[in-house]
Amino acid sequence: MSLHEITLTVNSAVHRGLVPARLSLVDFLREGLLLTGTHAGCEHGVCGACSILLDGVPMRSCLLFAVQADGCAITTVEGLAPGPEGLSVLQDSFWETHALQCGFCTPGMLIAAQALLQSTLTPSDEEIREAIGGNLCRCTGYKQIVDAVKLAADRLRGSNRAEGGVQP
Amino acid sequence: MKAVDFDYARPASIGEACGLLAAGGDEAKIIAGGQTLVPLMAMRMARPALLVDINRIAELNGIESGSDYVTLRSCTRQAAALADETIRLRAPLLAKALRFVGHGQTRNRGTIGGSLANADPAAEIGLAALVLDARIEAHSATGRRQIPIAEFFIGPMMTALAPEECLTAIRLPLWQEPGRLGTGFQETSARRSDFALAAAAVQLILDTEGTCRRIALGVGGVGSVPLRIDAAMERLLGTRLDDDDIGDAARIVYRAIDPAPDLHASADYRRRLAASLVERALAEAKRDALARKA
Repeated sequence: MSLHEITLTVNSAVHRGLVPARLSLVDFLREGLLLTGTHAGCEHGVCGACSILLDGVPMRSCLLFAVQADGCAITTVEGLAPGPEGLSVLQDSFWETHALQCGFCTPGMLIAAQALLQSTLTPSDEEIREAIGGNLCRCTGYKQIVDAVKLAADRLRGSNRAEGGVQP
Repeated sequence: MKAVDFDYARPASIGEACGLLAAGGDEAKIIAGGQTLVPLMAMRMARPALLVDINRIAELNGIESGSDYVTLRSCTRQAAALADETIRLRAPLLAKALRFVGHGQTRNRGTIGGSLANADPAAEIGLAALVLDARIEAHSATGRRQIPIAEFFIGPMMTALAPEECLTAIRLPLWQEPGRLGTGFQETSARRSDFALAAAAVQLILDTEGTCRRIALGVGGVGSVPLRIDAAMERLLGTRLDDDDIGDAARIVYRAIDPAPDLHASADYRRRLAASLVERALAEAKRDALARKA
């Protein structure tokens, strides 16, 4: 077994850790940093519950070893909200359209949708379905999730006009 | 679903990586994107003692366009290749195949070389590489060599790469014949982004009369390796790809393959599906070529 010192930025805070090579990034986030918003589902890359942004790009944190993220900037679901009490526009849109039931897939869905809305605020239904195509949900039937992302895009376009730029 | 213990090294150059592989022998394994290897490790189907992480070797990343070849370095992300203008214009069959590879999140991390080195029989990149007659470049501590794609795939998850070799690039020869190039890639899977039950890939050149002057055709997911079907190619060469020609070619494919049944599809279903996908891919490639200016 090899132990490795890593330094990585998670939700804008710098963290250091000593990790065994076999420790997955999702386990490091959940057990090392106690950021339990990111969910460990299938742990072999199928369900998408563990999605995070690595240097701004959505990926599976169960298919990365923590040591591989050394030097990288990570955003988890905890990093989407403006503060501990508030919700982001995207999160509030999930609330508004009942885009979650059990909530297990929600962190991954939010990360996937966040990445989409960072690239476009006028996504088509097809683009939304493509963006969340790697994330499994077993209760909503997906429709409300697509509705939530559309609502968030609408709201963000509106606020862009009014205020000249708001984060998803 | 946790990998067994292993050691980890992150070399900064191809030479350093090859040195680690030579020292590690059978127990050492390269990790690139990890989108195939890490699931295998989580399920304990792979238990390497040493992972050699090649993700930060700068010389393994990038796409170059030469006069005869397009070269993709092995750690080029699938998403980067899919978004690349050179690939879209000069290797359009690969661009079409890449849309079917996993989904956005796995393409963001998964690499071109990793898909080839893992040699899943249903993998789209391997099928496109076979049809395009790619050359695989591999480095080891003792030198480097080029492997023709026809000799590269040996069986499911098995390639001609030796344990101490690192796949460093794939070269796709450009088709230079006069005429109109057309490509077709068709796939059926249980769900979008899932493994292909069967896939078909076609590249062809039609002359000004619409006659086929060059063609390559292959199927994936219906054997232990992706398969080029030479007899179907011969049947189509010199024709205008009329419905009869395409139908004959599909029947040749149907008879040439011997897929295995599994949980997802029976052997007979896979065989009929592959023949249908060949018809659709041929029609797509013909349309594609005819839509270009002669």
